[in-house]
Amino acid sequence: MGLKNKDLLGMKQLTPEEIMEILDTARMMKMVIESGNKKTTHLQGKSIVTLFYENSTRTRLSFELASKYMGSASANISTSGSSVNKGESLLDTARTIDMMGTDIIIMRHNQSGAPHFIAPYLKASVVNAGDGMNEHPTQALLDMLTMYERFDTFEGKKIAICGDIYHSRVVRSNAIGLTKLGANVSVYGPRTMMPIGIEKMGVTVADSVIDCCRDADAVMGLRVQLERQKSSLFPSVPEYAKFYAITKEALAAAKPDAFLMHPGPCNHGVELPTEVYDCDQSVINEQVTNGVAVRMAVLYLLMARRNEL
Amino acid sequence: MRLILTNCSVLGKETRDIYIADGKFCEAFGEADADRIIDVKGALVTPGLVDMHVHFREPGQEYKEDIGSGSRAAARGGFTSVCCMPNTSPVVDNAAVVRSIVKRGKDVGLCRVYPIGSASKGLNGEELSEIGLMKEAGIVAVSDDGKPISTAGFMRKVLEYCADFDVPVLNHCEDKSLSGGAMNEGPVSTSIGIRGIPSASEDVMIARDIIIAEYLGLPVHLCHVSTKGGMRMIREAKARGVRVTCETCPHYFTLTDNYCENYSSNYKMHPPLGTQEDVDAVIEAIVDGTVDCIVTDHAPHHQDEKEIEFSLALNGIVGLESSFALAYTYLVKTGKITLDRLMDLMCHNPSDILKLGRGGMNIGDDADLAVFDIDNEFVFDKNKMLTKGRNTPYDGWKLYGETMLTVMGGNITYEKLC
Repeated sequence: MGLKNKDLLGMKQLTPEEIMEILDTARMMKMVIESGNKKTTHLQGKSIVTLFYENSTRTRLSFELASKYMGSASANISTSGSSVNKGESLLDTARTIDMMGTDIIIMRHNQSGAPHFIAPYLKASVVNAGDGMNEHPTQALLDMLTMYERFDTFEGKKIAICGDIYHSRVVRSNAIGLTKLGANVSVYGPRTMMPIGIEKMGVTVADSVIDCCRDADAVMGLRVQLERQKSSLFPSVPEYAKFYAITKEALAAAKPDAFLMHPGPCNHGVELPTEVYDCDQSVINEQVTNGVAVRMAVLYLLMARRNEL
Repeated sequence: MRLILTNCSVLGKETRDIYIADGKFCEAFGEADADRIIDVKGALVTPGLVDMHVHFREPGQEYKEDIGSGSRAAARGGFTSVCCMPNTSPVVDNAAVVRSIVKRGKDVGLCRVYPIGSASKGLNGEELSEIGLMKEAGIVAVSDDGKPISTAGFMRKVLEYCADFDVPVLNHCEDKSLSGGAMNEGPVSTSIGIRGIPSASEDVMIARDIIIAEYLGLPVHLCHVSTKGGMRMIREAKARGVRVTCETCPHYFTLTDNYCENYSSNYKMHPPLGTQEDVDAVIEAIVDGTVDCIVTDHAPHHQDEKEIEFSLALNGIVGLESSFALAYTYLVKTGKITLDRLMDLMCHNPSDILKLGRGGMNIGDDADLAVFDIDNEFVFDKNKMLTKGRNTPYDGWKLYGETMLTVMGGNITYEKLC
């Protein structure tokens, strides 16, 4: 019961058993969200702080709602309006939050490894809500929950992920988590956005969007950061949309019962045509609900470990 | 000071006593005439080591290191001569700054401190520094270290102008349009989401410098070479007679980019730690003579600049106090090279490339020497270091070759009480 480590830094640090425990717990939490009375006492008397150095809608709100649904005191800090703007270091900021009796610090940071760096200095548990290009473990967990609700097992399932692989922490966390549970992950994107050595993470690099999606059980699009065009990683939006978007034809190459996911926010008409975003196979809106459920599960299991110590 | 060292295992070849008077090695004299007699009990005695690539941060960044603390660290590492890179504040691009460093080095008196001047004014990569005037004031080479010498065209001018003054040119090899990351690009950087620096960044610049040096028929020295491809090109260039020399550092034959996995900035330096293939290639190049020198690239930084997010942390590690022990343990003790070869790498070759005239142990030579315990393992402890920096990846490593005694110009500059 509970998790082995004090912190949730990434999928790298989770065992397959821990991943399954989080997913099973999340399915129960989802019943809470879907019930009329969204209130539990799991985190009563506990204190949770979100510390976000980058913008966020879904991740931040779902963490805040998750902690409120379970009865914790929660607060949030963002970089604007805090002493971060006065030049306070990350470690000093984190220690300050720690010393206010905080049980769990949920942090998003633009630097890979930032949560790994602060965690050993803190009594509080640190949850990585996205660190640079490294990991976004709760996104992968909610994606996996969305799949788990449709699969009996991850073993042998093919998951296709298309887009900006290089800069994506969502891809890294999904690749690690899914391969740990026996799924086959196929990735595709412009070569300028494909990191060297990605296949060492146990994924297959496809030759085209259609090749990537062929016979897939689930297909995932990724947001293209449009500022990447300025750094010459692709020449124009129309060209990207023509050669790299998940089109109807690409989705048709997947298995008939395959479903389409996207971590959001989506650039309509860039990585996904709007008609694909809204198609029957799309489960993008359901992913959002699962985000709250998974974050409730993570907070609950981390707190269970703290209570045992 | 009249000094007698007894039972010296000189370069591991002969055990004899060493006599020093008036700063020089001298003929035997009576014990009654000695100010001090030290029995080194058969420990290894070598010429004082020469490190042609250190950052002593003075003037301007004394919170990281100064010539005093840097010299003490050098002495503790068995070094009697060091060459300081010019990326200080202000930059070493004029004779006045050169003279101030020379004077500070002499006032401290623990190490021969040789300044290296910048190739370009303010390291701007565009205008030549006053290289002739700096040579008169005491520089032994020029470099824009920390940065590459900017363009191929400017490199040509630097090599040509320096040839008039017989000043060696040392280049930091990095193509800035390819670099920009924080660690070696490969499966590890991909896995941990750190922007990578391709080994091609170093290789492209090495290729450029070899081509220009070959075209002009002039010498060039390549700093801290770390890649398999770089070593191959230098080996080939030497074989066809290009006047290229190069150095590498202990971290490039003892560490790989796997160590970056936990985001510890003590594994962050430029060039970045490579793969095991690079490490193997560096060792091969040390063994076959491609590498001329082992240097430290001693780069002390303050805790506030290193104990932060990996990508934001500054590049570099300290090295003076671990260099000999790492080289001895990983190269000589493993049988890869002889002690004589190590002395070429850490003393004679850098002295020859920069024409320092160091490394002699004959009667009448300046009495620069170091004594090392190569028989007993010791644990490297970062808290015992004399540098101001604490940015070492070697804390807790078990090594051979602890420095017991260092003598520079006949004076004891470091002594570990036995």
